[in-house]
Amino acid sequence: MPLLELHNIAKRFGPTVALDGVSLSLDQGEVLALIGENGAGKSTLMNILSGALRPDAGEMHLDGHTYTPASPVAARTSGIALIHQELSLCPHLSVAENILLGAERARFGWFDWQGARRQALEVLDVFHHPEIRPERRVAELSAPARQVVEICRAIAARARIVLMDEPTSSLQREDVERLFALINRLKASGTAIIYISHFLEEVRQIADRFTVLRDGRSVAAGEMAGVTNDTLIAQMVGRTIEQLFAHRQRHAGGEVILEAQELSAPPGLKSASFELRRGEVFGIAGLMGSGRSELVRALYGLEPLRSGRLAIKQRPVGLRSAAAARLRRGLGYLSEDRKGEGLALALSVADNTTLTRMRACAKGWGWLDLSRQKQQTAGLIEQLKIKARAPQQPTRALSGGNQQKVAVARLLHQDADVLLLDEPTRGIDIGSKVQIYESIARLADAGKAVLMVSSYLPELFGLADRLAVMSRGKLSAARPIDEWTPESVMKIAIGESGASG
Amino acid sequence: MTAEAKQATSVQTPNWWWRWFARLGPFVGLAVVILIFVVLMDAPGRFLSPFNLRIVLAQTVIVAIGAIGMTMLIISGGIDLSVGSVIALTGVVTALNLSAGRAPLLAVVAGVAVGGLVGIVNGLAITRLKVVPFIATLGMLGIARGMAKWLAGQQTVNVPDTWVNGLLVTFPDPPWLLLAPGIWLTLLLAVVAAIVLRNTIFGRRVFAIGSNEAAARACGISTDRLKVWIYGLAGLLFGLAGVMQMSRLRQGDPTVAAGTELDVIAAVVIGGGSLSGGEGSILGSMVGALIMAFLRNGCQQMGWANYVQEIIIGVIIVIAVAVDRWRLSRVVA
Repeated sequence: MPLLELHNIAKRFGPTVALDGVSLSLDQGEVLALIGENGAGKSTLMNILSGALRPDAGEMHLDGHTYTPASPVAARTSGIALIHQELSLCPHLSVAENILLGAERARFGWFDWQGARRQALEVLDVFHHPEIRPERRVAELSAPARQVVEICRAIAARARIVLMDEPTSSLQREDVERLFALINRLKASGTAIIYISHFLEEVRQIADRFTVLRDGRSVAAGEMAGVTNDTLIAQMVGRTIEQLFAHRQRHAGGEVILEAQELSAPPGLKSASFELRRGEVFGIAGLMGSGRSELVRALYGLEPLRSGRLAIKQRPVGLRSAAAARLRRGLGYLSEDRKGEGLALALSVADNTTLTRMRACAKGWGWLDLSRQKQQTAGLIEQLKIKARAPQQPTRALSGGNQQKVAVARLLHQDADVLLLDEPTRGIDIGSKVQIYESIARLADAGKAVLMVSSYLPELFGLADRLAVMSRGKLSAARPIDEWTPESVMKIAIGESGASG
Repeated sequence: MTAEAKQATSVQTPNWWWRWFARLGPFVGLAVVILIFVVLMDAPGRFLSPFNLRIVLAQTVIVAIGAIGMTMLIISGGIDLSVGSVIALTGVVTALNLSAGRAPLLAVVAGVAVGGLVGIVNGLAITRLKVVPFIATLGMLGIARGMAKWLAGQQTVNVPDTWVNGLLVTFPDPPWLLLAPGIWLTLLLAVVAAIVLRNTIFGRRVFAIGSNEAAARACGISTDRLKVWIYGLAGLLFGLAGVMQMSRLRQGDPTVAAGTELDVIAAVVIGGGSLSGGEGSILGSMVGALIMAFLRNGCQQMGWANYVQEIIIGVIIVIAVAVDRWRLSRVVA
């Protein structure tokens, strides 16, 4: 009898279908890889398993009994622990307190500092990180160190099933090896692990079996040993990569429109030099935390540049000039954080679309021509095939993919010459992705310059004319896309060989 | 590779200088305030005389007791704007019990209990009705004030002479106490609260929900129940502050202590509490309360008008928080 069994789990959020029939089974002491693209429903499924969400339909069985966790507490008591993708630590508390949070041992209500220290050291020892001392405040730790603390928490809770949601996204190579050694030890002691990742090589190294999710459905499952990466990718995407990026003509690029020399914005960005030409898509690859977002933000003036030279259309830009000034010079920016920074979700689609260039729908003296705003928005809704009932609809009511299209629509409305796109397709459905790819290709064809940051290599290889890789705050030299392979990109991204290239 | 990886995962070197500055900051502020008045005054001896110090300490008690409760609330990411009204309400309740001839201890317990009850109601409004703390306690500010006036029949309630009236006297009886009993009680409560916050599971969870509520919930802490507890506990302390207020006036006044909540919040913030939660200390808040008391007292001794005090205190609050933000940007890069 399997330890955990899911049958036809479904979940929707308003108009968005997140899960539409997921089935899987998990045995004691095995590692199951849950693979799928961003937006395939992996995180929703994890939230259901860990009790944070309740499914709309379907059945879950744990040890043969019906499993319906009412809350994260209930899931924890049943022995299911989730290691979050977005870190969930209390920055003001110590490492030991964070590891034991919610499971503190006490003598008559008194916090047992010595015992906490000892317990924390026990789990921390596994990782051989002497610099992570139990009494350190988490706020002082670097991102990978925090990830280690987070993993230690699940281990300290003695979970029977550990759910790991992209656990290696901010880990160094060495730490990944240690994590795998640890997973193997957990496995040997009978713990089952559901391991989410879209790094196929990593999955191949650690998992026994796999289940592929696509558009909220489990579409394939089997033994890891007997399957090729190409098969897995085809199942993840539902079509071949070539079909996704049809018709993109490669450009040599026109005149130089943006020139960056030795830019630095510590601590995230150490040095970046490149030039961007009209008509090209310039891709930037790199791991999370490598400084790629910091580069884009510094280019757009959201972070102050410390040194270097930046010129737009052959005219220099002040290192500390504000985003508003650079926007007037023709820069456009799409944030990776759609909810926090990209869109004002409470406002209407029309307001969000026209926000950067409201003057285009004003009569003068600051008066808005509402019908003109509506008309311009309607045109863009049509062009980008945004599924919105009307321009006045609140942006919040749209699905993630359509919200992202609104963010793209704003760039189109702004008519920016240089588009800085940070993870333009993160967490959205395939259909919306394809439409955004088409828009990017069209913009480049129309003579705009596009700088695109992505952690999804296939889309960089499908779209970019040239590519550079970010690693530990340094940008490698840019090369035409056919001179790169996914392996050579990853090599630089994880800083294995001479990173400057 | 090994060296590089070590460096990447290593923790940032904590800046000890800044760490100590953070801890000592409120004390430095207190010293500066005292020093300024000593320099300004013609008779500095009078300002620092035991007699005046006793007065200052007695004046601190009400804000200090409130600040103990407020420190817990602010660390947990909450806030309570109803403190002033609760002080008036619980003072009136205590006075009514005393004037009805009940035992003084019973009257005090009644006052404190009503404070706790109000706190629990605040906590329930915040967790069950999902009203943000700012609004829920703003509502309670009106409700408690109205109830105080209603219970007192819109006038002050006179009380018979009992030991309750002697809690904050300048010269305590017996004299070997040196300081009024209310001051000793405040010190004791401050020590207990500091230990509870540092050394109990409850205390560490107060920090946890203030630091990252979602994480605390995901770790199996029933955040809602914890919040009701915190508001209830803080309410008990606000009730005790009400008893002290009544003791000082020797009557129950339903219009007293309007705006005291701002003094209490200011004391916590000057003492290093962060309104976004996760940070604050009882010691800091006590020093914050003292700073405010010395400021008030010094301004009075200088014969400055009330409005001067208000302006100075306003400026001090903004400076204290600005220094704090500046410090934070150094400690946590």
